[in-house]
Amino acid sequence: MIDPNLLQLVCFYVFGAVTVAAALAVITLRNSVHAVLALVLTFFSTACIWMLAEAEFLAIALIVVYVGAVMVLFLFVVMMLDIDQEKLREGFVKFLPVGLVVAVVMLVEMLGLIGVRVMHAQTMGANPAGDSNTAWLGKALYTQYLLPFEIAALILTVGVIAAVALTLRQRTGSKRQLASEQVAVNPRDRVRVVKMAAERPAGAAPAQEPQP
Amino acid sequence: MPTFNDILVLLPEFYLVAAACVLLLADAFMKPEQRWSLHWLSIVVLLMAGFLVIAGQPDVTVTAFGDMFIRDQTSEILKVFALLCTVLVFIYARPYLLDRKQFVGEFYTLMIFATIGVMLLVSAGNLVMIYLGLELLTLSSYALVALNRDSPLSSESAIKYFVLGALSSGMLLYGMSMVYGATGTLDLAQLHAAVPQSAMPHLLVFGLIFMLVGIAFKLGAAPFHMWIPDVYQGASTPVTTFIASTSKLAAFGMAWRLLETGLGDLSQHWQPMLAVIAVLSMAIGNLVAIVQTNLKRMLAYSTISHMGYLLMGLVNAGPEGYSAAMFYAISYALMSTVAFGVILALARAGFECEEIADLKGLNQRSPWFAALMALAMFSLAGVPPLFGFYAKYLVLQAAIDAHMLWLALAGAVFAIIGLYYYLHVVKVMYFDKAEEGGADQSAPDMSMRVVLSLNALALLVLGVYWGPLLGWCRHSFGLG
Repeated sequence: MIDPNLLQLVCFYVFGAVTVAAALAVITLRNSVHAVLALVLTFFSTACIWMLAEAEFLAIALIVVYVGAVMVLFLFVVMMLDIDQEKLREGFVKFLPVGLVVAVVMLVEMLGLIGVRVMHAQTMGANPAGDSNTAWLGKALYTQYLLPFEIAALILTVGVIAAVALTLRQRTGSKRQLASEQVAVNPRDRVRVVKMAAERPAGAAPAQEPQP
Repeated sequence: MPTFNDILVLLPEFYLVAAACVLLLADAFMKPEQRWSLHWLSIVVLLMAGFLVIAGQPDVTVTAFGDMFIRDQTSEILKVFALLCTVLVFIYARPYLLDRKQFVGEFYTLMIFATIGVMLLVSAGNLVMIYLGLELLTLSSYALVALNRDSPLSSESAIKYFVLGALSSGMLLYGMSMVYGATGTLDLAQLHAAVPQSAMPHLLVFGLIFMLVGIAFKLGAAPFHMWIPDVYQGASTPVTTFIASTSKLAAFGMAWRLLETGLGDLSQHWQPMLAVIAVLSMAIGNLVAIVQTNLKRMLAYSTISHMGYLLMGLVNAGPEGYSAAMFYAISYALMSTVAFGVILALARAGFECEEIADLKGLNQRSPWFAALMALAMFSLAGVPPLFGFYAKYLVLQAAIDAHMLWLALAGAVFAIIGLYYYLHVVKVMYFDKAEEGGADQSAPDMSMRVVLSLNALALLVLGVYWGPLLGWCRHSFGLG
């Protein structure tokens, strides 16, 4: 039987080494898709370290928010930058080996984590504090850390203002709909009913097109 | 649990947040021809916040939200001057922004948010609060630098500022995490108590070094000064004025909170490090400024050297030194608003007045602005009887009191070297022949002219009659 504490320690060092190696790969790899995949691995390994430290909520949040949403978006953008259908299709095969490596390392890390958990469940039992990590975090955020929490919201507001101020451009000549004008329009402004003969008399000049 | 009293302690900050949100909405719903009113509304909002800071100041130090926020006299002084500097920036910026069609509501809201960041930073009682206040300030600053989207120089400097700023924030956080690991607390007061009993003194010093890097970066002290010249030159001049005045007060507040309130017992470690940074800053700032031809870049290097002098006060690590450093920070903020204010007053559409050569013969065209600029230059150089002289005298004395005579001597020598480039600007204005296309008296509005003149005269008045301000600073650090 392996000593659970030793396994935990080994897992910690392995996860740490993978994190550092993957982070180095992010900034050294030439291929941007490979770099993003390495970044995914960095985040995942960090989440595993947090899981070892029993910060479950943070670990899950990191996976869900960063790996699940932000990094996939990153990957999308990086792959779309070079919009060449032919290349895109061969890209799938080209990036597969790196993707597989990342996936395998993730799997190993996950198995390591599960191993630590299983062993600790046998030796340590339930969390002595009683509260789950998520409940504790929620209580701390809304009592002791209320002010920093609100300021974080303020920082996000500044982020939104800055993003809009830096990217919103009113181009001249862009075609767009103005709902207020569309609603306020009078039928008489748009349609003119022209009375004309149903049949063209033989020999007469063709009826003129109504002026718009 | 937070109570209503906690909210009362933070009334100026909460008021400013609410006012900034109202201004943001007002800007969105305003017709373009009404937008001028935003300028005056913003100034009134800031003045009102200043009134709340002074009027609601308790006699003793109070804390709120479980020691997250400290409201003491030091933070009061820094907040008052930060608000004052932002008001000055608004007044000086209006003609410049109108000339260049950059008069947008975001300029005002982002600056107010940055000022809120300053107020939270100088009152922080917790490492988390220091980091968040700093991020609020710097994120707004990045956006302000980049706001002038059509200028490639602006975008470039914003990217540089952002990348280096993110790096230094990372360093600061890393240092904080080490200190947390060694003491087990984020609260500055508890940290102060926990430092002597820490079982891991080496880890503490390790964390301290990284925190010092973050502080030096925010101050713009050498060798972490690389961003200053590019950002000063690339940002539009009103934003540069803000970074050179309000931000420097905040950087002093942050350095003082971290080093004294938090890690005061490690002073034997951070004193020599700060002394080295101070000497390097004075040397690099003053020597490189000599060869600059761009006025904003020259003032950027001058900032670096001034931060060296400010650190000299902190090196003292006692209340005398802190009050001298705070006095220096205030004097530098007021001097730089005058110097950049004159640049803003002389700039007109299509002419930035950025080169020193643009000032040639300014005295013949506009003697009043030449006189104001000369006042600012003499004060920055530290010529008696101006504000800058007495501030320099105080920090030199603080260094001597800390038994660092070599530091004070180096400071005096570099001050004399620095005299050259400040006087060069005066010489260009008064003794060179005016050229076509140089600066002349473009007509800035009356409010700007009056306020700029008052601001410059304050340098003279405070240079002679410094007693009350110095007394205020000393009193806030518990000195008579």
